[in-house]
Amino acid sequence: MLTSDELQALWLTVRLAAVVTTILLLIGTPIAWWLARTRCRWKGPIAAIVALPLVLPPSVLGFYLLLVMGPHGPIGQLTEALGLGRLPFTFWGLVVASVFYSLPFMVQPLQTAFESIGERPLEVAATLRASPLDAFFTVAVPLALPGFLTASVLTFAHTVGEFGVVLMIGGNLPGVTRVASVQIYDHVEAFEYASAHRLSAVMLVFAFLVLLALYAWRPGARKGA
Amino acid sequence: MNRIQARFQLAWPGFGLDVDIALPGRGVTVLFGHSGSGKTTLLRCIAGLERPPVGKLSINGDTWQDERTWLPPHRRPLGYVFQEASLFPHLSVLGNLRYGLRRAKTIANGQGVSLEHAIDLLGIGHLLERKPDRLSGGERSRVAIARALAVSPRLLLLDEPLAALDHDRKQEILPYLERLHDELEVPVLYVSHAPDEVARIADHLVVLEDGRALASGPLGETLARLDLPIRLGEDTGVVIDAVVAERDEQWHLVRASFAGGSVWVRDTGMAVGHRARVRILARDVSLAHTHGDDSSILNALLAHVVAVADEAHPALALVRLDVAGTPLIARVTRRSAAHLGLRPGLPIWAQIKAVALIG
Repeated sequence: MLTSDELQALWLTVRLAAVVTTILLLIGTPIAWWLARTRCRWKGPIAAIVALPLVLPPSVLGFYLLLVMGPHGPIGQLTEALGLGRLPFTFWGLVVASVFYSLPFMVQPLQTAFESIGERPLEVAATLRASPLDAFFTVAVPLALPGFLTASVLTFAHTVGEFGVVLMIGGNLPGVTRVASVQIYDHVEAFEYASAHRLSAVMLVFAFLVLLALYAWRPGARKGA
Repeated sequence: MNRIQARFQLAWPGFGLDVDIALPGRGVTVLFGHSGSGKTTLLRCIAGLERPPVGKLSINGDTWQDERTWLPPHRRPLGYVFQEASLFPHLSVLGNLRYGLRRAKTIANGQGVSLEHAIDLLGIGHLLERKPDRLSGGERSRVAIARALAVSPRLLLLDEPLAALDHDRKQEILPYLERLHDELEVPVLYVSHAPDEVARIADHLVVLEDGRALASGPLGETLARLDLPIRLGEDTGVVIDAVVAERDEQWHLVRASFAGGSVWVRDTGMAVGHRARVRILARDVSLAHTHGDDSSILNALLAHVVAVADEAHPALALVRLDVAGTPLIARVTRRSAAHLGLRPGLPIWAQIKAVALIG
């Protein structure tokens, strides 16, 4: 079946997607909460920046990230000063890039979920002595749970499917940055169509199952909420 | 010091609130007004859900808000029942009840309502395991009221808790509200635009219009005022505190006695000695110079005219009467008023066509 190279690429892809999803849950939740509830005039610009990766060519995003994280970029100089070395062409470089790339897929479903809760349940919580933070964890999060699941699945799946940013930031190092999509590209470049077929089939089935789970599960979630 | 002092000023586009009122520190105060009169906004200011630029609030001696003080809503020892029951859908009935209870424990001190008492008062013991979406509208309202009570509030705020319910469901909840009134010491502020709710549960009445308090006073007095530009229309009338004094088994009537007189009312099974309210609508009171023994009218009270005022319709007048200290309002045509020669001080018989015994 799959060669060890391919398995390694798949495992790397899953690890990357899991780490990115976890980080984005932590970063994206406060951003989405803020966007859902603020009346600040910076709401528009911030929402636009969050949505940028949706329309920007991945190579453009990757190019800028490469500059910023490179030896002359501010993040690159910071990581070197901290003794972390340079981020491009490492796993963590990929993670940082993917966090930017997948940000809207976490923030937007969460923002919609928070907005649909409305002000009322939080006001009720306040009159029942819950502090704002308390109300967030005991009322907003449980009520937005379907949103959290949708956002996590979309973020995970979107990170699995990324290619352009990986190529710009990560290159093609086996076991470090060579994720499944890059591996397929390699196979095709080398005219190994049979291998490309196998790996592509795995990705296709995965993508279908993810979306199937998402859509099959949604109506049930509505009923609960 | 047993008082609620509230002063709020805010200006929103198209709406302003400017209220400075003192309310009794116990019993039920109804904030009455049409939609848009500011009654809900006033309640939200008291709860701290709105933060007006000018605000001063003290409850029985404790300052919740003034120039220097601001207690956020979750630090105010109050219970709030929203217009829609607004139960947490992800928690069971018991979970909803415990949500506030668990948090209030850290603030509250001994006194107050126990969870068991709240469950018992609202009759929801059989619903505890259910999720809110498995409750009827009336049951949801009762749970919401119990949830607000379970935090042992020092002030209970109710924002039209019956507005979303049909007539039958209202009749289902009102007795529970009356029980709260009879059994609890907590002062209650109750927002309503329904005159029948006012008649049943109010002790004190505040009439709001365009964000201002037009009147604030004990229920009987305030209802009997003729100078309020806000009219209850067909519902204009008075509510009198009475006691069931006597039962007439033969004719199925009871005599409700109040300061200054008594009226015979249909027997609804209330025990003799029971305290009740008598509601007499202005349109059900006719005036005559004689007692009128030859009519079918059962109740006639000798009164004195206090004042005559114009009704909204030019054909009608409202007459404020005094029955040995108890106010009464009659609605008659202006022609009749002229014909009878009504003027302040004139003794006159008030013939009462219909009396409702409530509570």
